[in-house]
Amino acid sequence: MNPLDYPFDGATLLQKKRSLRRELLQRQGLVEKKVAILSGSTIGEIKNMLELFLLNEGIKPEFFVGGYGLFYENLVFDDGSLAAFAPDFLYIHTSRKNIKELPLPTDSEEAVQAKLDAEWARFEAAFEAAKKLGCAVIVNNFDPPTHRLMGNRDAVDARGSVHFINELNARIATYVAKNDGFYLNDLAYLACRFGLDNWFSESEWYLYKYAVSMQYIPELCHSISLIIKSLLGKNKKGLVLDLDKTLWGGIIGEVGAEGVELSTETPGGMAYSEFQQYLRQLEDLGILLNVASKNEESIALTGFARDDSPLKRKDFLCFKANWEPKSENIAKIAQEINILPESLVFVDDNPAEREIVRQQLPGVVIASFDSPEGMIAALDRAGYFEVTALSADDAKRNEMYRQNLQRAAAQQSFGSYEDYLRSLEMTAELGGFDQPHAERITQLINKTNQFNLTTRRYTAQEVEALLGNPDAVTLYGRLTDKFGDNGLVSAMIGSVEGDRCTVELWIMSCRVFKRNLEQAMMDEFVRRCAAKGVKTIVGRYLPTAKNLLVKEIYGTMGFEKVSDDPAQTVFELDVASYRRQNEILTVVTKD
Amino acid sequence: MSEQEIFEGVQEIFRTVFDDDEIVLTREMTADDIEDWDSLEQINLLVAIEKKFSIKFKLDDVKNLPNVGAMLDLVKRLAG
Repeated sequence: MNPLDYPFDGATLLQKKRSLRRELLQRQGLVEKKVAILSGSTIGEIKNMLELFLLNEGIKPEFFVGGYGLFYENLVFDDGSLAAFAPDFLYIHTSRKNIKELPLPTDSEEAVQAKLDAEWARFEAAFEAAKKLGCAVIVNNFDPPTHRLMGNRDAVDARGSVHFINELNARIATYVAKNDGFYLNDLAYLACRFGLDNWFSESEWYLYKYAVSMQYIPELCHSISLIIKSLLGKNKKGLVLDLDKTLWGGIIGEVGAEGVELSTETPGGMAYSEFQQYLRQLEDLGILLNVASKNEESIALTGFARDDSPLKRKDFLCFKANWEPKSENIAKIAQEINILPESLVFVDDNPAEREIVRQQLPGVVIASFDSPEGMIAALDRAGYFEVTALSADDAKRNEMYRQNLQRAAAQQSFGSYEDYLRSLEMTAELGGFDQPHAERITQLINKTNQFNLTTRRYTAQEVEALLGNPDAVTLYGRLTDKFGDNGLVSAMIGSVEGDRCTVELWIMSCRVFKRNLEQAMMDEFVRRCAAKGVKTIVGRYLPTAKNLLVKEIYGTMGFEKVSDDPAQTVFELDVASYRRQNEILTVVTKD
Repeated sequence: MSEQEIFEGVQEIFRTVFDDDEIVLTREMTADDIEDWDSLEQINLLVAIEKKFSIKFKLDDVKNLPNVGAMLDLVKRLAG
């Protein structure tokens, strides 16, 4: 077991941090990112633990650590060093201990209000200064106080500390919701989850000024790392679920659909039923649900035909109920829906099955639980699907993949691939980046790994800055066909300098590879470049572990290879000699 | 718990924390003798010792620990 995978043992991580770091640094393909940590209290182990969790996600951080307790000064009166560091991510480590003045029982209503406004003004000023850095900003809310002068009334009375902190937390939540590029690390939730008496240690505060007890620093850093890896497109995309003793109690092949435990009238049944409901909600977030079970398919399906089964057959994309090894079924599922096996999480109660998958498909993450009542926590707390943005397309994702499987079935009945493509009656909407599409474009940029020529990531602010920029050529692509709307699935960014345009980014969702959208996108991109007087388009391929697929794509589109080395391959296109490629898609352009 | 058990337990923690299996503790050893032993690691060592011996240090216990010997004596007093 990887000691950093959830559920980890914090004490072990703290003690073994040096040897773990040494091992993790030897991994191939680490992505370097700059992370600034600003201090409201001791940072010390926070930097070390955050480094371990990021390395475990394949991210190699370079750190900037602000002065002790100087988060406000470092931001509002930046001497230039923070801006010069140019962080990709900024984490502001504040806590309840950074509230200067809590209310007193003798305060008037106006005095409490003034204190609240003064506290918030200070944090808001710090946040506004952070915003100017143009990077992703991760902020904490406040942990509840360890003591309550008035007891329970503290939460009700405006002069109570609990009430005051709740008010401040509401303001932080509102601020984060309104400001792109801000993300909340929910310190208040973490403190509740682990218990306030554990989360905060008076002696560690007095001795070392740790506002989070050392033993929970790994949990704190895990939480921060989840936000960062999510923003970098490293979330998992789907689940592969076992059936017997995972989605219901008992073995359906032996006791039949009515015999398995799923009804909410028994404690065990309730646990399975709630787990199914949780999975159905994950589906609404766009998480792909699949089954790999050792069962007869016809019998397995009867379980989902029960009236009281929260999940139905239609909720699953791939349904593999057979007697093949699960590792093979998982590999097939990944292939059929066209995602990488390492984007899948395997959920199975049987340790032997887990072990086979662990050995045969080392990239697949395996959920860790030992009883049905622990299944929701095993998925939820590991943060496989940490949501940093939620777009309308997410809720439709399962439907889109389902349509893709129908397309694959349709493809079998056509003599040539071209005939098949024509039969799809596809329309592409191509347009420059605009406000309504900016969020989805940012999300796509940051999670696309396979069809991604440069794997350059953009923050929401960087995408916004491109809107209406005369030196940028931007293009998004949306694809619709007779099976449905695939949504916004491709984006290109070019930077124009004189009569040359360099393609900084070209991405496409794996759902729509090889549907001629590649060609339609390039046609339109070239047309837009030509309109700006561009004579040469430069395309670069920067290899990663995942994007081999597109290594030669420029070469197939009329580009000349001008240099080729392990770090990058560079292609150039003479705009005047470009020939339109797409003859299949109907194209609608938007400006 | 014998002094030898305490000594070996604490030495094991030092070796893990500093990622160096060749550390041999002596009672006279101080932070000056181990390169990475700074105030941050001091906390880490103390938290690890608390966990290992199921003890809890009070503020006064850890205010003044000049060398390894003082640490061993403290563990002996609380876990002994």
